[in-house]
Amino acid sequence: MTDNTNTGHNTPAHPTNSSLTTHQFDVLIVGAGGAGLRAALELQRAGKQVALVSKVYPTRSHTVAAQGGINAALGNISEDNWHWHMFDTVKGSDYLGDQDAIEFMCQQAPRIVRELEHFGVPFSRLDDGKIYQRPFGGQSQHFGQSQATRTCAVADRTGHAILHTLYQQNLAAGTQTFSEFFSLDLLIEDQQVTGLVALEIATGQLHQFNANAVLLATGGAGQIYRTNTNASINTGDGLAMVLRAGLPLMDMEFWQFHPTGVAGRGMLISEAARGEGGLLRNSLGEAFMVNYAPKVKDLASRDVVSRAIATEIHHGRGCGPNKDYIELDLTHLDAELIKQKLPGIRDISLTFTGIDPIEQPIPIHPSCHYMMGGIPTNIHGQVMTQTNGENYPVAGLYAIGECACVSVHGANRLGGNSLLDIVVFGKAAADHILSRPAEVCTTKTPAPKAINPALLKRMQAFQASRDTEIPNDANNDDSVVSFKRDLQQMMQRHCGVFRDQATLAAAKPMLEQLAQRLKTLRVQDPAQGFNLERIQAFECENLLAVAWATLESALARTESRGAHARDDYPERDDQAWLVHLLFFMQPHITLKQKPVQMQPKTVAPFPPIKRVY
Amino acid sequence: MLFNIQRYQPEAASAQQVGAQNATYWQEMTLDDALVKPGMMLLDALKLLREQDPTLSFRSSCQEGVCGSDAMQVNGRNRLSCITPLAELSQPIELMPVPGLPILRDLIVDMTLFFDRYAQANPTLNAGKFNPDQEHLQSPADRAKLDGLYECILCACCSTSCPSFWWHPDQFLGPAALLAAERVVIDSRDIQPKQRLEALSDPYQLHRCRGIQQCTTSCPKGLDPSRAIRQLKHQQWTQS
Ligand SMILES: Cc1cc2nc3c(=O)[nH]c(=O)nc-3n(C[C@H](O)[C@H](O)[C@H](O)COP(=O)(O)OP(=O)(O)OC[C@H]3O[C@@H](n4cnc5c(N)ncnc54)[C@H](O)[C@@H]3O)c2cc1C
Ligand code: SF4
Ligand code: SF4
Ligand code: FES
Repeated sequence: MTDNTNTGHNTPAHPTNSSLTTHQFDVLIVGAGGAGLRAALELQRAGKQVALVSKVYPTRSHTVAAQGGINAALGNISEDNWHWHMFDTVKGSDYLGDQDAIEFMCQQAPRIVRELEHFGVPFSRLDDGKIYQRPFGGQSQHFGQSQATRTCAVADRTGHAILHTLYQQNLAAGTQTFSEFFSLDLLIEDQQVTGLVALEIATGQLHQFNANAVLLATGGAGQIYRTNTNASINTGDGLAMVLRAGLPLMDMEFWQFHPTGVAGRGMLISEAARGEGGLLRNSLGEAFMVNYAPKVKDLASRDVVSRAIATEIHHGRGCGPNKDYIELDLTHLDAELIKQKLPGIRDISLTFTGIDPIEQPIPIHPSCHYMMGGIPTNIHGQVMTQTNGENYPVAGLYAIGECACVSVHGANRLGGNSLLDIVVFGKAAADHILSRPAEVCTTKTPAPKAINPALLKRMQAFQASRDTEIPNDANNDDSVVSFKRDLQQMMQRHCGVFRDQATLAAAKPMLEQLAQRLKTLRVQDPAQGFNLERIQAFECENLLAVAWATLESALARTESRGAHARDDYPERDDQAWLVHLLFFMQPHITLKQKPVQMQPKTVAPFPPIKRVY
Repeated sequence: MLFNIQRYQPEAASAQQVGAQNATYWQEMTLDDALVKPGMMLLDALKLLREQDPTLSFRSSCQEGVCGSDAMQVNGRNRLSCITPLAELSQPIELMPVPGLPILRDLIVDMTLFFDRYAQANPTLNAGKFNPDQEHLQSPADRAKLDGLYECILCACCSTSCPSFWWHPDQFLGPAALLAAERVVIDSRDIQPKQRLEALSDPYQLHRCRGIQQCTTSCPKGLDPSRAIRQLKHQQWTQS
């Protein structure tokens, strides 16, 4: 064994590799989760040259963690139709969702789910051989009358099954994949997106990808909160790329806190647990949801349940020595049902709490789960921006999946609607690219050019050492780890389930401070290959941009709607705030408004009414 | 808490850093016991160790055992760091990359071969014609045959513990890929199980499995690739 003190801190950094390898494709897809893979499949099969760029191997994408299922009005168990699904989604969104987009998604749902089944997704089955469905929160028959059963499930591993199936289909189709390539920035010429620059993680080499269309499918950003259900890779990279390119994000104040994260850890216990009959109980053993949602109780919409839990804990009815969590009770359910329909969550509970839910309730606490906001798009996935009050698509740029805001989830997403969103709009964006006239699809692409100096500077700054022109003023012991920890802590404290003017405003100087720290943040690892500290530095930069958008938007929206609950403005204010908020970071921080699309194409609009469950 | 970690730092070695004449070496690391909380997983500890030494390299993503990123050899056994409780491990905790694949840096190995074999196994269902108005029907009994096969997370714990895969990684598909092959062969919706079995009839792809069962012992998801391989062989035999 060698005695070794090899941390490399004293070695000069290898000069940042500034030479570029260039690639040429028809379409570039950033992100290989469910959204990216669904789009890639459609395009590749249609004969396009597709490159799928992902910072992890496709099967590591966080779609893999989705448990409960995907919504479609198949009506396999009880009567259902897409129009009821649409109503529930509009109501669930607290009327902030665009009704034409919601209409489209719900109409497409049965076909898109059957298509997934056809691709190979091993859905659980009913005795008659049809796809198994379970009830989820916020679902109804006859426009709010009775509970619907709409969520198509592969036990409690639906995301895993969908992701792996789509990956398998892409293998068969021959999609070219660049795994462990970290996308850094978009390339834009004459207001047209022409490609992007990515870092090959294994070597540190920079690559320029040119394409006629770029699809961002980079997923969520739950890592801005300390307690979350997201993978460590969910850092909002695509969102920050868009902000740096001078384009907006929309509705960033709306973050879903899932009611049932494992207390103290964050990871998810699916809503399927309540769908199959599980109950939330406080320290008195009361199934308290009846006090908050008399009709549907534990299956109320997620924002309602999370606030109920926070309120119970606030009033001293939390469980445990510190009265800081609530219990999810499955003990009254049949052990066989738990083993068959909820094997994954039983596993998670056993692994992370040592508790077998068949015998004992699981300690839970709300955990940041899903980003309703994101990169604004139209119904074809085209990224939208606004100048002088006019909204228009950005040439060559699309966004799909959780990073996009179409918006179908508005102020609050219904469980089972995100897996649906990612495949419906993954396909819709691909269809739109395919429908464009041939000459648009074969525009001349720019010759390889020198890498954007600003980007290079950022790269070098993170790796500053004596041999770069950036002075190493990092005479500090700051690190990517403490930066991220502080950012998450700030968001957790200042922008959680309940918010108000004072706590939000108090976070603004902290943002400024973090921005300052970013300037002197240094990476200690001098290597080029698998320099994960450098990747984390870029992720910190992206997280800060996302947090900034969230705080500014949350501060501006002086009402309570869906997941955005302001203590100081407890009511929904349709007069002033039935409107989307756009956040721009470049050239300077600006908020703008964009009307909500209240007009569906084939049915009558659902006018805003008070949301009760 | 004591760790003994196999490091591989090719760049540091070529830059002739002090103490790094060899790209591969063992390093002892210590984690302050005060930082070790009950219920902590090995991945949590690795992240804390990385705060001591940012060059310590390993993959991770989901942190809950579903993405398959963080297979490594822990006290001689292939495991996922994120669902390996620290409390279970005897000290010093010995960490090495999973065996049999080229090491890229520390605990990170090159997964190309592993994913190539998976693709070669043709894990893609072919259900024939698509009917947008009606899903393919499948009885609960037929669906139950997929349990224990479809849940694979492609972590490579099994294949990298299989001696046959070490010796013939370019010819033998390995347990993970064969599990995936069986998953489609046995699916009542697939229209070409015969061709699939035929495609696996050469002496290598399937038949290099010697039934040593290392794969099954090491699967962190409790799957049984060895049984899937026996089933494949049996199906091939009954068909011919
Ligand atoms: C624990 C959990 C359970 C859930 N359960 C459900 C459910 O039951 N039903 C439901 O409808 N929804 C559920 N959701 C939500 C849903 O799973 C996600 O919203 C959805 O899967 C997101 O898919 P995506 O394709 O947009 O992104 P992801 O699957 O997150 O993929 C993002 C991709 O982008 C890539 N990427 C990111 N940044 C970069 C970069 N800089 N360079 C290159 N590549 C990059 C990543 O590598 C990855 O491939 C759940 C979410 C969580 C966290
Ligand atoms: S049973 Fe076959 S596949 Fe599994 S370890 Fe042994 S030789 Fe390898
Ligand atoms: S069979 Fe098990 S060990 Fe092998 S890759 Fe799949 S999950 Fe990992
Ligand atoms: S980090 Fe995903 S399986 Fe361990």
